[in-house]
Amino acid sequence: MSELHTVNKSPFEKSSFDSCMAHVLEGSAVLLYEDGVYAATKGTAAAAKVAAAGGVKFYVLGPDLKARGLSEERLTDGVEVVDYAGFVDLAAEYGKVVSWV
Amino acid sequence: MKFAIQVNEGPYQHQASDSAYHFTKAALEKGHEIFRVFFYHDGVGNSTRLTTPPQDDRNIVERWAALAEQYDLDMVVCVAAAQRRGIVDDGEAERNGKDATNIHPKFRISGLGQLIEAAIQSERLVVFGD
Amino acid sequence: MSEEIKKFLYLNRRAPYGSIYAWEALEVVLIGAAFDQDVSLAFLDDGVYQIVKGQDTAGIDMKNFSPTYSALGDYEVTKLYVEKESLEERGLTVDDLMDLKWEDEDEDWAEKDSIILVSREELAKVIEGQDVVFSF
Repeated sequence: MSELHTVNKSPFEKSSFDSCMAHVLEGSAVLLYEDGVYAATKGTAAAAKVAAAGGVKFYVLGPDLKARGLSEERLTDGVEVVDYAGFVDLAAEYGKVVSWV
Repeated sequence: MKFAIQVNEGPYQHQASDSAYHFTKAALEKGHEIFRVFFYHDGVGNSTRLTTPPQDDRNIVERWAALAEQYDLDMVVCVAAAQRRGIVDDGEAERNGKDATNIHPKFRISGLGQLIEAAIQSERLVVFGD
Repeated sequence: MSEEIKKFLYLNRRAPYGSIYAWEALEVVLIGAAFDQDVSLAFLDDGVYQIVKGQDTAGIDMKNFSPTYSALGDYEVTKLYVEKESLEERGLTVDDLMDLKWEDEDEDWAEKDSIILVSREELAKVIEGQDVVFSF
């Protein structure tokens, strides 16, 4: 069953993002929201991990990105922006949601 | 699709309750069913009607309550977590000899079985926490 | 109510006592056991500290809830997946963990290990195989 993994922690403060990345399987997706959006920005230690994850889709929650003053130009290539409705769509599309709180 | 929502954090301290609210609202607006929103851990703090945020800030408790009113949402506060943290309804006040209540009427206090039931009955469980 | 049995996984990633997540997660597991679902627990990251043996909370005036893990077998919660890499990163081995057992009714109450040591990769597959994942 493919999964939607969600990460809401900064990858620089907590291990949630790293732990998620260590357990995400091909065909699944990762949604970064709240402070998790920092993991979606390029030029960071997290960006290399995003780039290295083959067969995994990455999404970032637009409202959380904007709130933190991050423009979409700052995003790592391949990361797609969604709104809350898009978050809901992803949760419905994938077989279950795994929250790395 | 039928969703169950678990909220692990209280209002204001952490964004979890805000995110849960926006997700729940978006799901309802898209025509999905929210079987239940279950408040656990410090999340029980989302249910106190005594909250008084500054006027230029969002009122998280009232916002949940308004959503519940509009969509007939079942919002359940875990009894064990609530007792620890002083969230009280009439029944709990009487049982435990408390001189006040603070729960908002749109929320109800019940057992953890309600979380399990929600997970069984729903097609997706989405957890918001810190 | 005729319902299919769902595969429930409780994801434990936090250490005990520093916050209440571990204890309240355990309360959910105990209540949830009455619902006859196919239940597993996963201990990874700091969650492995929850089941370290020799916990003594007398000095911090908090309830030592670690004995409760030993009772899980009586609630037919018998699959406790522990991530090997998480132990290693913390300088721990299985010998540092409580000896958690369950009795197999079908095999004349033979005592069996509840702890299933798995690699990170194996745990990813365990997560993949679930219907519902609870996080605390």
